Amino acid sequence: MNVPIIEARDVSAGYGASQVLRGVDLAIHAGETIGLMGRNGMGKTTLIRTLLGLLPTQGGTVLMDGVDAASEPAFRRARRGIATVPENRGVFAGLSVTENLRLAARPGAWSEQRVLSQFPRLRERHRHRGNQLSGGEQQMLAIGRALMTNPRLLVLDEATEGLAPLVRDEIWHTIRLVRDSGIAVVVVDKTVSAVLSLADRVTVLVKGGVVYTGDPQTLREDAALMHRHLGV
Amino acid sequence: MQLAGLFAQVLNGLQYGLLLFLISSGLTLIFGVMRVINLAHGSLFMIGAYLAYALAGITGSLWLALPAAVAGGALFGAALEYTLFRRFREREHLDQVLLTFALILLFEEARSALVDNQFHSVAIPAMLDFSVRVTADFAYSAYRIAVLGICLGVAALMFIGVERTRVGSAIRAAAENAEMVDLLGIDARRLHTLVFAVGTALAMLAGALAAPLQSVYPGMGDGFLIISFVVVVIGGLGSIAGAFWAALLIGLIDTLGQAYVPQAAGTAIYVLMAAVLLFRPAGLFAKG
Repeated sequence: MNVPIIEARDVSAGYGASQVLRGVDLAIHAGETIGLMGRNGMGKTTLIRTLLGLLPTQGGTVLMDGVDAASEPAFRRARRGIATVPENRGVFAGLSVTENLRLAARPGAWSEQRVLSQFPRLRERHRHRGNQLSGGEQQMLAIGRALMTNPRLLVLDEATEGLAPLVRDEIWHTIRLVRDSGIAVVVVDKTVSAVLSLADRVTVLVKGGVVYTGDPQTLREDAALMHRHLGV
Repeated sequence: MQLAGLFAQVLNGLQYGLLLFLISSGLTLIFGVMRVINLAHGSLFMIGAYLAYALAGITGSLWLALPAAVAGGALFGAALEYTLFRRFREREHLDQVLLTFALILLFEEARSALVDNQFHSVAIPAMLDFSVRVTADFAYSAYRIAVLGICLGVAALMFIGVERTRVGSAIRAAAENAEMVDLLGIDARRLHTLVFAVGTALAMLAGALAAPLQSVYPGMGDGFLIISFVVVVIGGLGSIAGAFWAALLIGLIDTLGQAYVPQAAGTAIYVLMAAVLLFRPAGLFAKG
């Protein structure tokens, strides 16, 4: 297989003295969709923050394109093709929709016009500031802004949390579209069925360690694992 | 006569307010983006004034001092951010206060060693050393009019830069959430360096402009620092537009107060600040 866009090898990380991740392995290849699963507090967001370069490793290695990324700060990893929709959406409240989008712009297939066509609501509200948008609109803006960077990998942390069902459907639809366009996707989401039907591979974290990595079908058939670690 | 006097005081107040804006806009921007309280900001004003005094002494004119204050200030500010303030961004405010207080002492000692501890006047440039007759019985200093114009121009540039450019939107974004700015592939630390460079350049420009108006002397930045903090609080921490209107308000209240109600002038702006902190802690001009 070709070199992963980003890879965690035996990664340990945490906050201060408290260790959250213990020897995690995870590789994300071009065009691949990974579902990162596990109950609350099992280390999903910590793993994502470590991959993004927001949190230093305490052990192990993070590699980007096969090269140790320890000296690459978050902005440089982002520039090399990782876009993020963080858990709190990270929409800039004081910036207009247009400003939020243009700030992220890098050349590629996703232009401002294409993002606005994908999310017509954003076009209607392009002059509004981030804090004047509904939760769903903010989520669309966060995703649209991530796409404006024309990434190789899109990381979505709880992108459908707290949204109305119709808006959720629109978000899932967009994620599928992104995946089908060849962009690799890492998705963390509480909607287990949606993740399982979307992902090529899933990784389940329990107490900061990987208890399952493989295809979603096998996981779905393992009722005991599903129940014990995902609560379904 | 009465009216002409009032007119002159209003102009003085506006001109003082605009100088305050040059100082406090940097202060508020640095706090807004970096969350650093820079007590040494008044010392940067003093350094600008002494730079003007030194260059005017060498070249015989103030004109070189203005671009030198801007360029030198930008370089000096960038160096300060890169070597010191970057390391203190995530520290507690007490650490920042100690660092910036130490800088005040260092800068004052350096001034004492390089120049001396005397008062010095700086000549108004010959080109502007006259009065403009506004009405039959009222004339106003051409240099003060020039200061008004320069400050207004800088304020307009600041507003356009922060509100209408991509770098400006990145700066506003970094003030909200520097981590998210990094996640978009923009180096937030470079924005911090830029903001500190601009803030320092503005404070030193203000010092150079003020030098002929009030002479240069030890500790001249202290009073300006305190008033600038009042401006920043009244305008709302981190708000450029707020700092602009608050600076004009303070400039007018202080100047008119000292001219017409000198007994109350010393306390009026602090009472206003206390009222703002009590009733509108986000700033007098904050939206919503």
